[in-house]
Amino acid sequence: MSADKPVPASVEPGQPVDPPVDVAAEAPRIGVYVCHCGTNIAGTVDVAAVRDWATERLGPHGVVISRDYPFMCSSLGQELIEEDIRELGLNRVVVAACSPHMHEKTFRGACQRAGLNPYLCELVSIREQVSWVHTDKVAATAKAEAMVAGGVLRVREQVPLEPLRVPINETTLVVGGGIAGISAALEIADAGFPVHLVERQPSIGGHMAQFDKTFPTLDCAACILTPKMVTAGSHPNITLHTWSEVTDVSGYVGNFTVKVLHRPRYLDTDLCTGCGICQEKCPVKVVDPTFEAGVGYRKAIYRPFPQAVPKFPVLDPDNCIYFERGTCKACEKLCPPGAIRLDQQPEEVTLQVGNIILATGFEAFDARRVEPYGYGRLPNVFTSLEFERMSNASGPTGGQIVLRDGVTEPQSVAIVHCVGSRDRNFNNYCSAICCMQSMKFAHLVREHTDATVYEFYIDIRAPGKAFDEFYQRVQDEGTIFIRGRVAEVTDVLRLPEEAAEDGRLIVQVEDTLAGRQRRIPVDMVVLSVGLEPQPDAHEVARRFGITCSSEGWVIERHPKLDPFATMTEGVFAAGCALGPRDIPSSVTSGAAAAARILGRIQQREMALEPIRAIIDDERCSGCRICNDLCPFSAITFDDARAVTEVNPALCQGCGVCIAACPAGAIRGTGFSDAQIMHQIEGILMDTSATGPADAVAHATSPAGAAAEAVPA
Amino acid sequence: MSEDVMVRPHSNDAPAQAAPTPYEPVVLAFTCNWCSYRAADLAGTARIKYPPNVRLVRLMCSGRLDPTFVLKAFASGADGVLMTGCWPADCHYRIQNVKALRRFELLQRVLEQLGIEPERFQRFYASAAEGPQLAAAFTRMIEDVRPLGPLGWGRVPEVAPEETADGEAEPAALEAVGS
Amino acid sequence: MSSYLYYPGCSLSGSARAYAESLAAILTPLGVELKEIDDWNCCGATEYLTLSPLRGYALIGRNLALAESQRNGTSTLVAPCSACYANLAKTDRFVRDSAVLREQLNGALAADGLQYTPGSITVRHLLEVLIEDVGLDEVRRHVTRPLHGLRVAPYLGCLVSRPDYDDRWSRHEQPRELDRLMAALGADVVDYPLRTACCGGHMTQISPNTGFELIRRLVDAADRREADLLVTVCPMCQMNIDAYQDEMNHHFRTDYHVPILFFTQLIGLAFGLEPRALGIGTEIVSAHRALGRIGIEVPAAEEVAVPAGPAGPAAREGRRAPRPQGLPMPHLDEDDR
Repeated sequence: MSADKPVPASVEPGQPVDPPVDVAAEAPRIGVYVCHCGTNIAGTVDVAAVRDWATERLGPHGVVISRDYPFMCSSLGQELIEEDIRELGLNRVVVAACSPHMHEKTFRGACQRAGLNPYLCELVSIREQVSWVHTDKVAATAKAEAMVAGGVLRVREQVPLEPLRVPINETTLVVGGGIAGISAALEIADAGFPVHLVERQPSIGGHMAQFDKTFPTLDCAACILTPKMVTAGSHPNITLHTWSEVTDVSGYVGNFTVKVLHRPRYLDTDLCTGCGICQEKCPVKVVDPTFEAGVGYRKAIYRPFPQAVPKFPVLDPDNCIYFERGTCKACEKLCPPGAIRLDQQPEEVTLQVGNIILATGFEAFDARRVEPYGYGRLPNVFTSLEFERMSNASGPTGGQIVLRDGVTEPQSVAIVHCVGSRDRNFNNYCSAICCMQSMKFAHLVREHTDATVYEFYIDIRAPGKAFDEFYQRVQDEGTIFIRGRVAEVTDVLRLPEEAAEDGRLIVQVEDTLAGRQRRIPVDMVVLSVGLEPQPDAHEVARRFGITCSSEGWVIERHPKLDPFATMTEGVFAAGCALGPRDIPSSVTSGAAAAARILGRIQQREMALEPIRAIIDDERCSGCRICNDLCPFSAITFDDARAVTEVNPALCQGCGVCIAACPAGAIRGTGFSDAQIMHQIEGILMDTSATGPADAVAHATSPAGAAAEAVPA
Repeated sequence: MSEDVMVRPHSNDAPAQAAPTPYEPVVLAFTCNWCSYRAADLAGTARIKYPPNVRLVRLMCSGRLDPTFVLKAFASGADGVLMTGCWPADCHYRIQNVKALRRFELLQRVLEQLGIEPERFQRFYASAAEGPQLAAAFTRMIEDVRPLGPLGWGRVPEVAPEETADGEAEPAALEAVGS
Repeated sequence: MSSYLYYPGCSLSGSARAYAESLAAILTPLGVELKEIDDWNCCGATEYLTLSPLRGYALIGRNLALAESQRNGTSTLVAPCSACYANLAKTDRFVRDSAVLREQLNGALAADGLQYTPGSITVRHLLEVLIEDVGLDEVRRHVTRPLHGLRVAPYLGCLVSRPDYDDRWSRHEQPRELDRLMAALGADVVDYPLRTACCGGHMTQISPNTGFELIRRLVDAADRREADLLVTVCPMCQMNIDAYQDEMNHHFRTDYHVPILFFTQLIGLAFGLEPRALGIGTEIVSAHRALGRIGIEVPAAEEVAVPAGPAGPAAREGRRAPRPQGLPMPHLDEDDR
């Protein structure tokens, strides 16, 4: 079936991928398969008509058989193709079915099993692009026919290709040391392969380290997290890069070159014992906006929390007396092993890794944006993260739930759901964890104090294991649930009878189930703020060559079936970088990404789609117009021969250079000019005209076929 | 548009000399594999409806869009061509959609000089998550192109013959394009 | 000298005469010239638009058209009254966005030989013009008699910062512009949470219970925070809180005494001008005692009987809103206090 020249089974990087095959040597024998997809396609498109039309109108272009079948992707459907290849000597296959993103691999597999090069198979989407989006059956059928014509004319120009095989470096980079990143790193490290774990903060642990308890089990967050942190910190296969950032990424799957910047801690970690004297003696105390969520303090030289991994503190030069005025140096004087290095510089290291997992997490919604809730203006309005720190036994209040004055215990607490979420003014989406978190808070308040707790919600989202039972428990404990979106949190009294509430906060809300407005005096309000992407999400996405949505969440390859891979081979994502989710989901996605990577590592090499640019030396005039067009540095100029070359391993197949070449010297495999041009012709074919001669005036018709009337 | 009007009628039963069909523009949309094609797929899975006048060609990147493809499309019967791709800064290949944008700007000007109205060649950005937006863009494009009439480049539109004084059929005069 | 077109609105020559007088008095020191539009008509206040939108827009639009035709080097129209300002800004915006309305409006205006080109006039509120164009530094330069010790609660009312078509206001529910202006005059600015809360508008006529409740809320909040007086930009707000405070007290059996003055009056005082020239003393709830506390003598005419003891039910025990001591507070982005 294939061309004269034997095609090599695997090609080393650097070798041309596509030995040209002479199509004219063998007449195309095309099989067209029209799938019903149950009623998904057949309900709108007349699949029998498309099938007949393919034989009748496209026969002269090489279609020798055309079939329709309810489910082409089933084993029986695929067998139809395989048998036809063997028995009818087909050398091209067109399947008119769903999107190539669904089943291209499936049908290519069928062709391969029957001995036909898989790249001689073309998938035409008549489901997502036709039957699912149009209601006019006649128009949909006509369009399906045109799309099939496009596919048939295109496939004639397709040639056998072999995937490019690249070796996979067994080292993995995990960006982000929260629970998702730690889980992923541990999976890979435990399997025996090296991992670099890069974390922006001085310690790994992420947001989970800030929490007090986790829902619904009320496990202490630190108790379940710190063992993992310690394991990660001491694992022989994990190299921690904390207080560091990835500054550059280049290369391709299996072979990434990553630059990591180590910010100066201003101490020698080889000498530092983690004793903490520097922190104790530092005279500068500032509000800690990160770990303590702005509700606690730290020193200028600090460890974010006692269980930090690594145990080494960092010095914050923006708040340090030495960096401001050149004096103090208490830490340097008092450090027993003399580990302080005030002249330390940032250091950049270069890592070679095979795969990357982005586990960069989320940022909490800024509650100051919701003016009616008074956060930032009214002292006793807190955010969820502030509350987590407060209820945490090692937090700024030692676990006591108190008002902003630091001493008074509240008699009543209001917890407001959906702050900044499910709100067209801010973020339209649901942040997934706030309902459970709010109920956890209610439980904790009642555990620590005698306060009355009100929860103001829109809907209660408790889908996970034991989640709804937790909701019932919290109700049984006496928490008052009021269904209504809080309109205002204010300290202004409105009615004379409110005089006794002076100094308290008033929550104004419509109690939708009772059908009336309520003004409920409370001492403390906790705003369950939503989750947002990290503020530099877009920049990070660009750096790693992936895409994120306009909000900033990483876009997964498939939201249902591949929710932890990105469109870029070799780069995966885990945890809240993908969108709001809870701890078990973050752990799962981290482990899933790790599993995929371990599979790749184990196979040692990976087959890349052979969609590449190839330069024909004979045609290249050395004009170098293409030289500046490649962001992957795949295009280089050979001064000796005065022609441009493409490195097939670096080439990603975007095709910009192909489109730019004025001499047409660059050929694209998989998406060649000839293929696209013919596809355009086919797609624009007038499916109503009788006979092929009218319709395709420009394409070469091999038989120069005479017009045949369309039978009635 | 009225969806019970056929794009191209199946004339299985029709006599050889069919009545002129109402004009329905055909728009060819080039999509990029990573963003706009996936957005089109998303519009499909979400069952969002748009008129059948648009037909898609998949490229790996909008930067692959060779200006000759656009000319070929018009010459093969398209009344409009839509270039779609990832948003600037979100290109799967980093910055290639910016190069596509450069080509688009220049090409639109050149086409205008050839007498092809700028409404016939437009561009639209759609991320993989923007199925509804892409569907809306298709609909808008079709309605932008419709009042301009058929481009008629390389193809004579079907027009009913008119009886002349001699009783002989004469094709009616073609409408001026791009008035 | 910066020059602006000026739309005074009806209350400036009636119940808000003090606003007009004090404004006139401070223009020269601030280097501002206001050219009143010739033959302006009523802005329709708040009710007319609900009765008949087109007539309402035509009524408002006529002023815009007159302004357009009387442009002379400036196309900015300044309105001191919040309702006038909102109506004018809103009409200009709607006429800009709707071709249908534009056609209808100009059709109506044609009867008076007028036309309006939307966007040809920029409508701005007096307060925003003084802060943005003149600038607080310039204001500070002219302060000869700083209002130290005068506790002022800035009250903007509902219509000034919303809707904010041209993005002129920093925040929309708690804008700090008036706070900053008062601070520039040397006053002690109270952190007044009801900056943009409703004064009751015409509820005092339509549904007095509602109106009085809203007025009470405003007055009580100022009283509890030990403000000496409220300062405002809107004639309606001023009238409701001033003229109806007595009735409100009667309704609730309270005895609040919180005077309310226009911001231009305070600017004038800080500039060392005579209270009488600024219309001070014409208010119903007298500012006599409030201003007396910082040594400004105010004419005693038209004074309402003031109770000898502490004013209002809030006993002044020195109780203030609790200051955060224990746990740090987050900063608002424009925290100037």
